[in-house]
Order: sequence, then structure tokens, then C-alpha cells
Amino acid sequence: MSEATAPKAVEAPLTFLDDRLGSTTFFKRNMKKVFPDHWSFMLGEIALYSFIILLLTGTFLTLWFQPSMTETVYNGSYTKLQGVKMSEAYASTLHITFDVRGGLLMRQIHHWAAILFMASILAHMLRVFFTGAYRKPRELNWLIGIGMFTLGMLEGLFGYSLPDDLLSGTGLRITQGVAESIPVVGTYIYMFLFGGEFPGQDIVPRLYMLHILLIPGLLLGMVTAHMMIMWVQKHTAMPVKNQSEQQVYGYPFYPVFMAKTGAYFLFTFGVLALLGAFAQINPIWLFGPYDPGAISSGSQPDWYMGVLEGALRIMPNWEVSAWGHTVSFNVLIPALVPLGIVFGGAAAWPFVEQWVTGDKRHHHVNERPRNAPVRTATGIAAVTFYGLLWVAGANDVIADKFHVSLFATTWFFRVAFFLGPIVAFIVTKRICLGLQRKDADVIGHGVEAGVIMMSPDGKFSERHEAPREEERHVLLSKENTRPEAPARDAKGIPAPGTKGPIGHLRSRLNRAWTFDDIPVEEHPHGEQAEIEGGATSHEVRH
Amino acid sequence: MSDDNKDTAGRPGPRERVIGTPSPAREKALLAEDDISAPAGVGDQLDEASAKRAERIVATLFLVAFAASVAFIAYFIGWSGRDGGMHGVSRARESNLWLGGLMALSFLALAFGVTIWVRRLMTSKPIVQERHELAADEETRAAFTEDFLEGADDSGITKRPLLRRTLLLAAAPLGLAPLVLLRDLGPLPEKRLRHTYWGEAVKKAQAEGKKGARLVVDGTNKPLRVSDFSSPGSMITVLPEGIEEELPEDQVLTQNAKAVTILINIPADQFKPAKGRENWHVNGIVAYSKVCTHVGCPAALYEQTTHHILCPCHQSTFDATDAAKVIFGPAARSLPQLPLSVEDGYLIATSDYHEPVGPSFWERG
Repeated sequence: MSEATAPKAVEAPLTFLDDRLGSTTFFKRNMKKVFPDHWSFMLGEIALYSFIILLLTGTFLTLWFQPSMTETVYNGSYTKLQGVKMSEAYASTLHITFDVRGGLLMRQIHHWAAILFMASILAHMLRVFFTGAYRKPRELNWLIGIGMFTLGMLEGLFGYSLPDDLLSGTGLRITQGVAESIPVVGTYIYMFLFGGEFPGQDIVPRLYMLHILLIPGLLLGMVTAHMMIMWVQKHTAMPVKNQSEQQVYGYPFYPVFMAKTGAYFLFTFGVLALLGAFAQINPIWLFGPYDPGAISSGSQPDWYMGVLEGALRIMPNWEVSAWGHTVSFNVLIPALVPLGIVFGGAAAWPFVEQWVTGDKRHHHVNERPRNAPVRTATGIAAVTFYGLLWVAGANDVIADKFHVSLFATTWFFRVAFFLGPIVAFIVTKRICLGLQRKDADVIGHGVEAGVIMMSPDGKFSERHEAPREEERHVLLSKENTRPEAPARDAKGIPAPGTKGPIGHLRSRLNRAWTFDDIPVEEHPHGEQAEIEGGATSHEVRH
Repeated sequence: MSDDNKDTAGRPGPRERVIGTPSPAREKALLAEDDISAPAGVGDQLDEASAKRAERIVATLFLVAFAASVAFIAYFIGWSGRDGGMHGVSRARESNLWLGGLMALSFLALAFGVTIWVRRLMTSKPIVQERHELAADEETRAAFTEDFLEGADDSGITKRPLLRRTLLLAAAPLGLAPLVLLRDLGPLPEKRLRHTYWGEAVKKAQAEGKKGARLVVDGTNKPLRVSDFSSPGSMITVLPEGIEEELPEDQVLTQNAKAVTILINIPADQFKPAKGRENWHVNGIVAYSKVCTHVGCPAALYEQTTHHILCPCHQSTFDATDAAKVIFGPAARSLPQLPLSVEDGYLIATSDYHEPVGPSFWERG
């Protein structure tokens, strides 16, 4: 085998590189890198590929787009707007749409890719959260992920503001209002952002620079860091047979994973091309150029801004004026607090969890959501919190489609905003514990076989069978926990860390995290035999 | 596809069944297949016959992708550009469907081809790799610390606090440089947000000996007579006269964004003029700022029966009959009102808004 020689077309460039970089050592070590398999590990890949597609289609669009607010009279081929005064930005977007071959397609793919980019990041982050994949040593990648989602929101807002159509101008107007609400420096931020008063002549060129250079550059850096960290730390694995904290089991990068992920890029591009071809998005030619006095009902931002929109809508109209100054809590709170809670909470979570559980170990094998009820319940509460605000961003559409009063929808969301997450937390935690109980039952007593047996004395019972080996492995992946005994030294004096309000808070949280855990474990003797032989003692109770 | 599910073969099949009892469930799997194993590739051995079949399918898909790409290029050159390029909506739509459809077909055929290749033709063994300790060992860490301290020592930064402190001092202003450099991003707010073009227009009109500035209809720029706006319940958007003609082109939209005003004709029996504003209306015709006091969207929806003005962005609702007071939604302040009067049969504004229009801000008071 060692006699094998690679084809010249491969050998020659490899030798060239190796002579200069010593790269063969790297290739040798990484060619067979193992990637564990699970469908949900693909979610992040969708985000990566959407990003690449955004760069490609975005570059195409820059070749014709004019980031200028200078007024011009449209005389392109879209007859309905001929002779209308508009900015050069809007006119050039119409030009790309109607006069550049493939321009409409690239615009639509670009917009769909942005939507998919954000959606897949969110789905990926939910997967990471609920399986505990953010745990040590992966906190850094978790933080980078939150950073990328936040930057993605800005990037998207700036991007759909560029065409200077009626909808995008309305979005910028809201941005202005939010900037003004910031205490002390609000009007300065407003003036510096717009180069004077809204809309002025500067905002589109400025957003353009941020949209095509600064933010994509930052995102590209973060994507690179994210991938390199993932590569170094190796991917997490699901808690299945053959996976362990010491070893990773799966298929090698070359050729299987490489081919699969290549196909996945093609799938992503193919689906986005399908959407671009057949699903209309952001038809700016129907909205018309921006006019500060015009608006259409049902104005909705892209989905990832919906949560801010919803928060703005359901906030009560609190505003304080005192000592010659005004603070608009009705704008400031919804703009900062909900996303602050979600992103700030998400960023702090890995560290808070470590502090509460005292678990400073490395985790490479993921946890099943049911086995961390508090985490899962918190996650679902956050999803509910975010989801309610997001849906509240469409309360006018809901009121219209379902024929309910607009004011009633607002009040519904005002109440649900507080109750929903609490209910979600409680229900989710109970479901998790119920599932733990079921797992404990399966390990303890086996699976119901659906076979009813009659004993010689006439008693009916159902036979239980041991679960399959693979299933047992998954069920037994649960780490059983107990509340920590208070740390004391030999003389019974509590450790310094457990004293004081912080120490007490930690013991309480630790107890809340662990106290109702249901152990899933094998019984050493007796019952096992019972399963093998077909149970006799489990009567049919239904 | 069926040969991927071999791992269920070793399981005990259904046992003999007791008459009168339900049949045993055929599949007693507790978990989805995904949670158990990860079938990828065909495993170690290739079944030559099925591999041949798969090969033909994959090759066909690759040919489809090739054909679609060629068709894409052909359409692009041949049809979408006929008669000197694309022109207008119908051609854009047609070309979008063809180009997008062919592009999607090409990518998806390739994607399916490669996927089937991986799943049916690639021999692959799952392999195991060690997860190495990420942290460096104690020795390395200690050695690093030593080198680091030695380097610091060599550089003298630890021994010469004067150098250290002056270096920090020198760096501090550099950190502030970006802030200073960004100063010219925009003008200072000053009093800009406190007045609108109405004030200027009124001043100009009064300099010519008139009482106030005429209201012109947004869009047509025609001055509005009281008699043109006499039917109760109607609503129209107006601007100060001269805003389009007298301002430099790059100022029009910006001034428009503050001055834009709604004019509503409220039936006399329902109108409640606010205190101190008894003569701000003309027979029930009132003017309010169209810029919502929440975050500045145009409060553009007017409901004739209830006389509510609704902002479609965040649903702040104002009562047109009662000084545009907030009756629902996140806006905290009434829409500012513009004092109206009549001169020569035309509606005029007699002064600027008495308070800043649009969203609240810190210095507003």
C-alpha cells in the first residue's frame, strides 16, 4: 500500500505547498478528522452556506447599486414609476430588478438567504442550548454565536434599508425614533447617524459601507474563529452508543463528510434559488419611493426584527418629563430590555450554570434535554418570551385575519408576555421529569412487549422486555444528581464560599437545579432476571 | 433505502400470540433512528449490483445538472437578452422564473447526485478518534510563565515604572482619537428639532403682509380653499406652501418629514376645541402633525366614524375630536396641533407648531 502514488495533478501542488509550508503534516492529521453524525448538526452548516451565498449574491448586487440619495427622475423600463422623482438608490434597485439580467433573481436569493441565515443561526443555537453543547470547553463559540446573531440583525436591518423604498424608509424612521429616545445623547446619536435631520442625504451611503464592508468583515472573522475553534475542540456528539467523553465516533472528513457537506451547500443554494425563482420577496417596485408622509398598513419588518417590533407595540405609553428633560420609557424599554434579557441571559447562561451546578468538567457528549429540566424549561420559557414578542409584532395582521379587536390583541400580549414564560417553564419542567420517570421505568422494568400472559392461577400480566442495547445506552447517559451537601471542613465549619447572601443564593439555586431529579439506573439484581424471563409480577392494571 | 435499516434485524421478532390479546406492537423502538446510530455510506462492503444501479442514477442526475446549467447559459444569452436586453416587468418575471428554475434544478440535481453517491456508493467505516486534552500540561504552562516573566524582565517594563506610565499616558489620547474624528458625522442637534418649515413659511408670508402660510395638498402642491375641503369626515395630507419650490432639492424631503400635516374636517357637533386653542380650527377643520409621537411613523389612518387617527406601525391611536389625545397604544403624547385660519378663502397656518413634532427626546422638556 505504501507504494501507492497520488496522481500527478494532486501530487505536484501538494509537494509545492509542502516544500514551502510543511502543510502535509496538517493535511495528514486532519484529512481523517471524525465528524459525528446527527441531523441537527447540519443547522449551523445552513447558516455557513447561507452566509457564503450572501457574499456571492451581494457582490453581484454591488456592481449596479448606487448608494446615493441624490434625487433623480426615473426613466427606466418599469413603466408605472416613469417620471417619478426618487433617490438614485431606489432607481438603481429598480434597474437591477428590471434591466439587469438575473438581477431580480440575485436580489431575491440575497434576501431569502438573509432570512435563512438568521433562521438557521437561531435553530442552531436552540439545538446547542437544549443539548447543553455550550458547556465547557465551548463557551467561547457560544458567545461568538450570540455575537453573530446580533450582528446579523443589524446587517439585515441595514440591508433592507438600502433600496430607499417606502418600507425601508419607514424602518429607518423607526430607527430614528429609537435613537432619539436614548437619554442624554439620543439627539446627538440621531444627528451623527443621519448626518443631520431625517432622512437627509447621508444615511444610505453610510449604511451601505456598514452593510457591505464593516459588518460582513466582522462576521467573516467570527465565522472563521467559530470554525477554527470547532475544529480544534472537535464536534460534540449525541449521547449514543460508541460516543464517549474520551473518544469521538463517526465518519471521516475525507471523503464522506466532505462529500455530504458539499452536497449540503448545493442543497442550500438550490433551495434558495427555488425560493428566488418562485417566491416573491420584498417587491420594492410595488411600495414606491420613500415619502415621509406615506405608509401602508401591515408594514412588517423581516422576521428577525419582529421581536423588537412586537415589544414596541405592546409597551404601555410611559414617558417621564421632569426638570426639563424627557425620558420615553415607551421606546427605550422595548428597544433595550427584551433583547437584553434574551441575549444577555444567553451569554451569561453557561457561566451561571457552571456556578450553580459546580460542574467545571469538560463535556463533549451532549445531554438529552429531559435530563436537565431546569435548563430545558428555562430555554422553553425564553423561546416563549421571544416568540410572544415576535408574534405581537404582527398583532395588526392577527386582528385583521382573525377578526378580533386590535386593542384586544395588544392586551392579550401584554398579559401573555408575563404569564407565558412562567407557564412554559412549569409545564416543560414537568414534562422533562415525566420523561425521566419513563426512562427510569424502562431501565428498571423493561419495555411493555404488548404480550399478555396468563399465569396458571388465572392472573393476567404483560410481558416486559429489556430495551435494546443502543436504547439502554441512550437512557443511561443520564447523570443522576443530588443537591450538594454544604461544603464543610473537618470541624464542621462551612466553607467560606457557602456563606453570605451569594453563598446562600448559590445553595438554593443548586437545590432547585437538582432536588427533583429522578435517578435512571440499573438495578443490580433481581429485576433484571425478571425481565429476561418475562415478568410475572406486573399485573395488567388498565 | 431499505438496506440501511439492517440494525433492526437482530431484534427478537413477535412471539406467539395468545388468542384474544392484542397483537404485539411490531416496532417497539423507544427512540427515533437518528438518536441511535448514524448510517452514512454503505458501510464496509459494496453490493456490486445495487452499486451499479446507484451509479446510473447518480450519473443521470449529474447529466441533468449539466443540461440545466447549459440551458441556463443558453437562456441567459439567447432569450433573456433578446431585442437588446431585459425591459420591464413581464420580461423580468419570465427571466426570473427561467433563470431561477434552471439554477435551482442544476444545484439540486447535483446535490441529490452527490448525496446518493455518499449514501449508496461510498464505502466507509466509522472510525474512532481520541479527544485530546485541550489544556497544555502543567510543565508547559510553567515554562511559558517563566518565559513570559523573563521577557517582561528583559524589556525592562517591570523595572521602569516611569516608562510604563508614560506609555499608557501616550496611548490614552490615541484611544479617544476615533471619537474626535467622528465629530463631523453630523451637526449638533441645537434647536433643529423644535421647529418645522411651517414657521419659516409663516414668517415669509407675514413679511409679505399676509396673515399666514397657505396649506398645499401633498402631491399636487395646490393651495387648499376652505370650500374645497367642506365635507365633514374627510382627511387629507398637507404641507406648507413653498416647501417644494423654495428649498434646495436636498432639503425638501427632510423638511417634508417634519412638516407633514394631516387636515381633518370634523363635524361641528362632535368637535371639542381644547382650551386655549378655540380659534385654531376653521369650522371644525383641524390640522395635526402626521408624525407619530411614538417613533415617528406617519399616523396616516383615519377612521371617519370614530374620528380616531391610527398609526399603522405600532397602533398608537389618537382622538381627532379631542386635541389628538392618545387613547390607546404606546405613544405618550398627543399629536401637536397646527393653528389654522382663513385668508382670501384659503386655509392658512398662522404659526409654526407650538411644540416639537415627532418622537420624544431628552432635551424636549
